[in-house]
Amino acid sequence: MDLSGINPVLLIASLMVAATPLLLAAIGELVVEKAGVLNLGVEGMMITGAISGFAVAVETGSPWLGFLAAAAGGALLSALFALLTQVALANHVASGLALTLFGLGLSALIGQSYGGQKPPAMAKIDLGPLTDLPVVGPILFGHDPILYLGIAIVAAVWALLKFTRLGLILRAVGENHEAAHALGYKVVRIRVLAILFGGACAGLGGAYISLIRVPQWTDGMTAGVGWIALALVVFASWKPWRVLAGAYLFGGVTVLQLNLQAAGIAIPVEYLSMSPYVITVIVLVILSRDKSSAPGSLGRIFHASS
Amino acid sequence: MIRLEKRPQPSRAWSMATPVLAVIATMVFGGLLFAALGKNPFQSIETIFWEPLFGEFSFYYRPQLLVKGAPLVLIAIGLSLGFRAGIWNIGAEGQYIMGAIAGAGVGLAFYPLDAWYVFPLMVIAGALGGWAWAMLPALLKVKFGTNEILVSLMLVYVAEQLLASMSLGLLKNPEGFGFPGSRNLNDYAAGNSWIAQDIGLHWGVAAALIAVIFAYVLLNRHMAGFQIRLSGEAPRAARFAGVNPTRLILLCLGLAGALAGMAGLFEVSGPAGQVSIDFNVGYGFTAIIVAFLGRLHPVGILLAAALMALTYIGGEIAQGNLGLPAAAIQVFQGMLLFFLLALDLLTNYRLRRTVTEGN
Amino acid sequence: MSQPLLSLKGLTKAYPGVIANNDISFDIGAGEVHALLGENGAGKSTLVKMIYGLVKPDSGTMTLRGDAYAPAEPRAARADGIAMVFQHFSLFDALNVAENIALGMENPPPMRDLASRIREVSETYGLPLDPFRTVGDLSAGERQRVEIIRCLLQDPKLLIMDEPTSVLTPQEVEILFKTLEKLRAEGTSILYISHKLEEIRRLCDTATILRLGQVVGGCIPRETTARDMAEMMVGSALKTPERSGRALGEVALDISGLSVASPAEFGTALKNLHLTVRQGEILGIGGVAGNGQEELLGVLSGEIPTEAEAVKLAGQPVGRMGPTERRTLGLLTAPEERLGHAAAPDMSLTENALLTGAVREKLEHRGFLRWGAARAFAEKIIAEFDVRTPGPENAARSLSGGNLQKFVIGREVLQDPDVLVVNQPTWGVDAAAAAAIRQALLDLAANGAAVICISQDLDELMEIADRFAALNEGRLSEPRPTEGLSVDEIGLMMGGAHGMEVANV
Repeated sequence: MDLSGINPVLLIASLMVAATPLLLAAIGELVVEKAGVLNLGVEGMMITGAISGFAVAVETGSPWLGFLAAAAGGALLSALFALLTQVALANHVASGLALTLFGLGLSALIGQSYGGQKPPAMAKIDLGPLTDLPVVGPILFGHDPILYLGIAIVAAVWALLKFTRLGLILRAVGENHEAAHALGYKVVRIRVLAILFGGACAGLGGAYISLIRVPQWTDGMTAGVGWIALALVVFASWKPWRVLAGAYLFGGVTVLQLNLQAAGIAIPVEYLSMSPYVITVIVLVILSRDKSSAPGSLGRIFHASS
Repeated sequence: MIRLEKRPQPSRAWSMATPVLAVIATMVFGGLLFAALGKNPFQSIETIFWEPLFGEFSFYYRPQLLVKGAPLVLIAIGLSLGFRAGIWNIGAEGQYIMGAIAGAGVGLAFYPLDAWYVFPLMVIAGALGGWAWAMLPALLKVKFGTNEILVSLMLVYVAEQLLASMSLGLLKNPEGFGFPGSRNLNDYAAGNSWIAQDIGLHWGVAAALIAVIFAYVLLNRHMAGFQIRLSGEAPRAARFAGVNPTRLILLCLGLAGALAGMAGLFEVSGPAGQVSIDFNVGYGFTAIIVAFLGRLHPVGILLAAALMALTYIGGEIAQGNLGLPAAAIQVFQGMLLFFLLALDLLTNYRLRRTVTEGN
Repeated sequence: MSQPLLSLKGLTKAYPGVIANNDISFDIGAGEVHALLGENGAGKSTLVKMIYGLVKPDSGTMTLRGDAYAPAEPRAARADGIAMVFQHFSLFDALNVAENIALGMENPPPMRDLASRIREVSETYGLPLDPFRTVGDLSAGERQRVEIIRCLLQDPKLLIMDEPTSVLTPQEVEILFKTLEKLRAEGTSILYISHKLEEIRRLCDTATILRLGQVVGGCIPRETTARDMAEMMVGSALKTPERSGRALGEVALDISGLSVASPAEFGTALKNLHLTVRQGEILGIGGVAGNGQEELLGVLSGEIPTEAEAVKLAGQPVGRMGPTERRTLGLLTAPEERLGHAAAPDMSLTENALLTGAVREKLEHRGFLRWGAARAFAEKIIAEFDVRTPGPENAARSLSGGNLQKFVIGREVLQDPDVLVVNQPTWGVDAAAAAAIRQALLDLAANGAAVICISQDLDELMEIADRFAALNEGRLSEPRPTEGLSVDEIGLMMGGAHGMEVANV
């Protein structure tokens, strides 16, 4: 066993990379849940984003277009969920599951011809002397643009929910949809927009896995990240900055166990690989006592009867 | 303009008709999908739905229906009880794996003893394995209020890693020349589930039929079944009626886990034969579709499982004959669930054309 | 006379199977308090929803200050100076007062300015309110203030108030009336919806009376007797319940030193409750909803477990028992919320009969259900309580509120309870059904059962109860005989203007 190969600076830099897919998916789902919708299809939207981003990046040679396509792909799949839950008034839980099952199949279908290919690399930003700084440079200034975009989205969502009228309306719709409707707000329209935003974020998160973190395409490569993102929203008590903290915590666990695997520690690989899932369960248990911050109308079906 | 209007009570006729409509809609859109993939849509649909039943090689495929259908029925029956009560166990895949590991483990421990009691002990161990795995989310939900959806799903990934560990370690065939995977239970007469392999009949098929009858009686004739339905329809009314939510969660998740575990055991000791890394093929997830397609009704689930088994087998034939990708069948199954959920609207709501006034 | 503020002509709105409003016409003058009077189900709600833009009329027109008025949505109505205070507040519990108010405005100022404007308006109209308190923590009266201030900030020309006093203590009603009189003096018109005749006589200038979706007349309330208005509203003379002298027996139910936290997030904890009810007695528990009524019912039904000794049934401690065990012993309950609590909406009446009747009516045998017996029991309830439905196979949600309430009360009464506890037994129920339900409770007590009736309707409690106690912020006042109890005394028992800051008009 050789732990000296683990470099703490690289560890932190890589945990930020490992956390980004989770962060993107979770912040999107946070907005969706704040609007009172429980979309369990995150995993399906992520994998769809992963393949649509990968395919477009490979075909066009542009990772930027790839990410754009990933956001569009995720949003498109989430539009199906919106159709089911907001128009056809279907059960949120069942519809989310359907979305995941469908997304996994669809991505495998599109992805058949992309196995083993390498996507075009996305350039890391280079801030010259800043990036060359010891310790701080690789951690703060040496990443790809999407990682910073993820953090920017967290900040934007926080500001939107806290300071803007749109944010207030979104929270109101999630808190009590009957009252929001009585005041004349378009509950369904606001929810559909939130669902689409969540889908786009999940798509970006998926593409981050297939284009930057891995980077290649394999079937089912999101491997439960979408489900962990759902747990993360609960973990964060529906607060944006806590999503960021939680994502880095999970990113840290993932990177650490991979490093330990590489270092050949005496724990069997399988037990290290299951650790992120086990830790998710443990965290859920610790935090599930406090449900008070959950949006009041979360997962309830809305039908304007009058 | 089309407006939705809630029916005074759910329509029975639509409740029966929506699964049929969903299947038809899926055939139409699935056909379009196959056409987009460059396959003849009519031929594809015919291959999937007709070939296994009445085609040239149906003598080979028909038994396969039982083999694929039995685990789907067993798992879906268990899930449907929970779904009816508003308890969302979506980790049946993990419970299925753990049942297989536990059951096969007992069988392999007795190997090569030839005694009548080996197989019954394996069945019990399989049920207990799945039950124990389902008890984790159940107990966490009861004790801490932890969301059972996320926990049961996380445990699928944990179970998959355990499966890998088992087939590479503890249960590895000592005479397997170092290849991963356990001994093949098909070579162990006292520890395999076949009754008549040539017609696809194994004990899992028998257990599936018993489960259907059991679930039917439970839901329609027994107080526990009434309480399950009541809890799903109106949780507050259920507590008012005196239903103990803790007991109900333990019962529903426990039954689902035990049935999924048994399904895993019957599979590993019959059609699959051995514990291996890729032993599980997603029955635990497909069973969710089966449960909904069967309207969470035992008889409906039996029919839905038959249909799903058909798409699996037909899909394999289409893969061989027409080069239809395996993933296309997965999409096809996902589509079915979509249409079902969307059309379900008609059970509880009426569509009404509204005359736009004043123009 | 000058031009009316709002004029309605021939408004009609039909829903499948029922004409909610049929050819409704009347005028609301400027600076007038206009009462809209009618029973539950007379069509008052539908009418105001049309004025407020929530529902579109099938035919008919409205004219506001001489111009055609057809609001497409509440936003448009508010822009035209029409504001509404809902009966079930459209408030968001997790948000604070200022955020709630901002949501009801078209162009709210920044939060800090809004907060100072809220303080300003609330002081002008004698409705003190802290803009940064979380709404979920406010009392019902304070929550209503949030709604009223939200409306007043819009400077409305017409204020619609839907049953505003149903959630207030008598003292709080006084404060509200002073505010409304001040508004009238400033030239604001008020459309005041109620079925409480005395307060309409006191406050309103004119009244329009609805029955079964139609205008059946109008009057000047000050010059009309309550009895005449009641007859117009109901359409026939009402039978008042018969109350025969009853002999009280042993103590049937005894609650002592009961304290329990509420399971709901914004619920009310019960604090050191004491009460006893004797056989043959009806104890009325009044008070504004949300002061622990639901919790008290939960404690008695067995949904909320307590110390074993805190609740005793005929001397036997039952505090730890679940609902089924209590039913076996003869303690039955009927919760307030009919759909979803007392009954399962999508299940048939037979199944709903089984819901509480399984033990006492022997509808199960060794865990197996006796469907035939359950159906017979449901049919018995339907027949004896005159429940209007095609049959027991129909879903609970297909019944009207009054019919379902008769079914729910009948289901418990017919099980021959030793103690029956009901919460808001006639809430949202038409007058005929309400009278039938009250009579059933009186008959039950006459046969020796102990009855606890929790209700917001003080008239109802004065009519049927032998003793009266008030529940206020989870505390119960000392029960007193109802005979000779005055409105002022009742108001004080209910805590006066409880929990609210003192108003200065």
